[in-house]
Amino acid sequence: MAQPKKKTTIILFSGDYDKAMAAYIIANGAAAYDHDVTIFHTFWGLNALRKEAPVPVQKGFLEKMFAKMMPRGADRMGLSRMNFAGIGPKLIKKVIKKHNAMPLPQLIEMAKEQGVKLVACQMTVDLLGLKPEELIDGIEFAGVAAYLADASEGNVNLFI
Amino acid sequence: MNVAKVLDAKGLACPMPVVRAKKAMDELESGQVLEVHTTDKGAKNDLPAWAKTSGHTVIDMKEENGVLTFWIQKG
Repeated sequence: MAQPKKKTTIILFSGDYDKAMAAYIIANGAAAYDHDVTIFHTFWGLNALRKEAPVPVQKGFLEKMFAKMMPRGADRMGLSRMNFAGIGPKLIKKVIKKHNAMPLPQLIEMAKEQGVKLVACQMTVDLLGLKPEELIDGIEFAGVAAYLADASEGNVNLFI
Repeated sequence: MNVAKVLDAKGLACPMPVVRAKKAMDELESGQVLEVHTTDKGAKNDLPAWAKTSGHTVIDMKEENGVLTFWIQKG
């Protein structure tokens, strides 16, 4: 097994709980396949990286509005279908438990344990007015060039 | 068969059986055998696919009372 490691890259654009769950399940599976895995979070996907507790930071009015209107952390994200004003996520979490599947926050935790590289897109972090201290520890900040460098060597590249 | 390690992945859903199998396999030497127990129906295809791609060999498999058992030799 001396050949160089294969690579998987995933762009997580969506801020939906179900889509993020799919992304993180694939990431964890790819890590088990011994791939180098990168998840590049941009736009609404950045919400999966937000800390659950509010972090006191200085912000302008618009940035404060964005921060209020977007879910704070993976556990608060809504569903892409059947969200029903927040009842949908409660139901899906019940079903996840019933089937012994892993909820999104644990999937993210496991991805970190498995050495999956979590990247936040710097440009959209700025656009949405997020501060680095509002995002979970152990992530990197990068742009399109860093993503392309990984993706051009990627064996599996996904946009979710 | 000489089993070096037994992994109980019963009750776990995708992607956990493969993730745990990978972790367990990392602790073994080439040629040693890992025994995996799982109740995930998807693992029937998942574990052989993972083993093949990762250079391991599925020596045997059986299904009993809803529990799948695999014997995988490290490559």
